[in-house]
Amino acid sequence: MPPDSPPAAVPKPDISAPVPSSQPGLLELFLAFAKMSLAGFGGVLGWARRAIVDQHRWMTAEEFNETFALCHFLPGPNIVNLSFVFGSRFGGLAGGLAAFAGLLGPPMLITTILASLYSRYGEIDALRRILAGVSCAAVGFFIAVVLRMMMPLIKKRDVVGMIILIAVFVAIGLLRLPLPAVLLVGIPLSLAITYSMRRRVPA
Amino acid sequence: MNEPANPIATLIWTFGLMSLFAVGGANSAIPEMHRVAVDVHHWITDKQFADAFAISQLSPGPNVLIVTLIGYSVAGFFGAIAATLAMCGPTAVLAYYVSRLLGRSSHSRWPAIIQAALVPLSVGLMGASALILALSSDGSWMAALVTVCAAVLAFATRLNPFWMLAAGGLLGFAGVI
Repeated sequence: MPPDSPPAAVPKPDISAPVPSSQPGLLELFLAFAKMSLAGFGGVLGWARRAIVDQHRWMTAEEFNETFALCHFLPGPNIVNLSFVFGSRFGGLAGGLAAFAGLLGPPMLITTILASLYSRYGEIDALRRILAGVSCAAVGFFIAVVLRMMMPLIKKRDVVGMIILIAVFVAIGLLRLPLPAVLLVGIPLSLAITYSMRRRVPA
Repeated sequence: MNEPANPIATLIWTFGLMSLFAVGGANSAIPEMHRVAVDVHHWITDKQFADAFAISQLSPGPNVLIVTLIGYSVAGFFGAIAATLAMCGPTAVLAYYVSRLLGRSSHSRWPAIIQAALVPLSVGLMGASALILALSSDGSWMAALVTVCAAVLAFATRLNPFWMLAAGGLLGFAGVI
């Protein structure tokens, strides 16, 4: 390995970390994230992986998974977090902001236009009926996503995980308790249980 | 708007705080958005919440854009921008600092443990989101049937969700739902 690797924002202790094939500039970051965001229908993640790993080769699949895992366990919209972390890796804070603005800016403007159309025409009967139909289907799609996420827990027969899952579902979905209160109890509890189980069964 | 405070400030405070509790992504915070926007502040009705979800699914971009629609209904254009940035900015900065921190000591097993602990919480929250959205959207047996069909189709096949939304819209337009 030549010692002249570029000063990345995140120093990687990993020796085999490949130097990315090209260093994206700020404009390139902005455009790439704007593109994947506008293409991303029903979730941007798949498009982001395709653009970053397959198309531009800015990251290997493992690096992408690691970065995404980090952004997934931190709070907030995952893919937005990912854009900022990814961008900052190449261009520091400015790079993070460029990717963040690319991901969020164009779709935010589109959604704002749709919102203004809705506030003007939302009471028109035909539109009301169409939106009602779309939201029924969208909820169905959403339920399928939740089921897909649940499958690994069921396959692993993770009883503790399922109990925590159901408890959160009841507290938030049925009892409608405030989210911060539920999480301030749930997170420490779940962490303690997971930690103690991992100690007992070294996997 | 009978809020004593500036509505933009209320939006920023509300969504900025909420984002920090959005474990597993923006969709986990949907029940809290519903609670705050419909039940606590009465910014929008239950029906409008369902519409906002539908529009956010119809438009390109990340799922978090439902916040843009809520923000718009509270304070117009600047409300939309303020709510979106408040929901996305703080956690992005947090992720930036945590990724730098973890980059220095990457062999810790804590990330894996934290992740394993948060998965059931986040899936439980998503399940609650699904329930609340279903209650807002499915006012009739036909509507519930469409939801169930879409769920089965999306679970069993790799069909592009756009076609499901389009079919739902068509059924709605035809007056079936």
